[in-house]
Amino acid sequence: MKKQILLFVPLLMFAALSVFFFEALKLRETRSNSELTSALIDRPFPEFALPGLDNRMHTRDDLVGEVRLVNVWGSWCPSCRDEHPFLEELTRRGVSIVGLNYKDTPDAAIQWLQVFGDIYDFHIQDQSGRLGLDLGVYGAPETFLIDRMGVIRYKRVGVVNEAIWEEQIKPRYLAFGGLLNTPEAP
Amino acid sequence: MIRFLLLCWVMLLPAALPAAVETFEFSSDELRERYQVLVEKLRCPKCQNQNLAGSDSPISADLRREVFLLLEEGQSDQQIIDFLVARYGTFILYDPPKEGTTRWVWLIPGVFLLLGIGLVVMVLRSASRRPVPEAVEGDDYE
Repeated sequence: MKKQILLFVPLLMFAALSVFFFEALKLRETRSNSELTSALIDRPFPEFALPGLDNRMHTRDDLVGEVRLVNVWGSWCPSCRDEHPFLEELTRRGVSIVGLNYKDTPDAAIQWLQVFGDIYDFHIQDQSGRLGLDLGVYGAPETFLIDRMGVIRYKRVGVVNEAIWEEQIKPRYLAFGGLLNTPEAP
Repeated sequence: MIRFLLLCWVMLLPAALPAAVETFEFSSDELRERYQVLVEKLRCPKCQNQNLAGSDSPISADLRREVFLLLEEGQSDQQIIDFLVARYGTFILYDPPKEGTTRWVWLIPGVFLLLGIGLVVMVLRSASRRPVPEAVEGDDYE
């Protein structure tokens, strides 16, 4: 009798492995394989002193005081073009977005904004990519959610769209006291 | 045959050459050596399966430059590694610390090995304990 029970051990092990692999599969679906979790979540936004596209200097102090998105973009980045209309929609809903112009030239950036529309509250010019390095940026677009104290609360690698906003960013944005224009839905 | 193998080997050579081409002016040979070691064991965050030494991506070039600058600043290898981990996470290490999920990756094969050994021992024991007549009883020729 005991021996018969033992016969089920391989089956149980197989079942355990199946569950494990199935969970791993689900993980891949929700989190794309190329996306790394930021080491900077819940850490303060790094200090910086960089010019905007109007050449006025900006520092970290300009970021704090409001729950915002910091969008890392470049005129060389095709996906940034794809996400731009949705970012524009977000500003219409009352979200403040600061543009971090990453590894770009001011001329190309200004030209890009003239074509696609300047939706940003202000710009930070990171030509060398040094601030990007402090932020753990490894591509564009990347979008950071920062709270009123200037602490990074969420990071999105890749395009921000309606689904990402609704599922990932909006709950956090509201939880940290971010404001939206009245009725978002019809 | 040997000539053919040699030809294959020569054709594979370019792939083995490191892709990184910038030349940094190191103030000492010791720094250059430490730089080589560091860029070999740090992983490119963008390309997933290349080290900094072997990657052509812009972010790798930036990180190589940063490693060079930090070395020239007089930082230790550990300080440089900590600096990069604070920004890019343990992902950039090809040999991440054995904690969290990584610890399980190392433990699970051991657990399975022990389970397997246990199973083999149990099977062998019960086989040796089985009385011989039982087996004879099975083969009944009519």
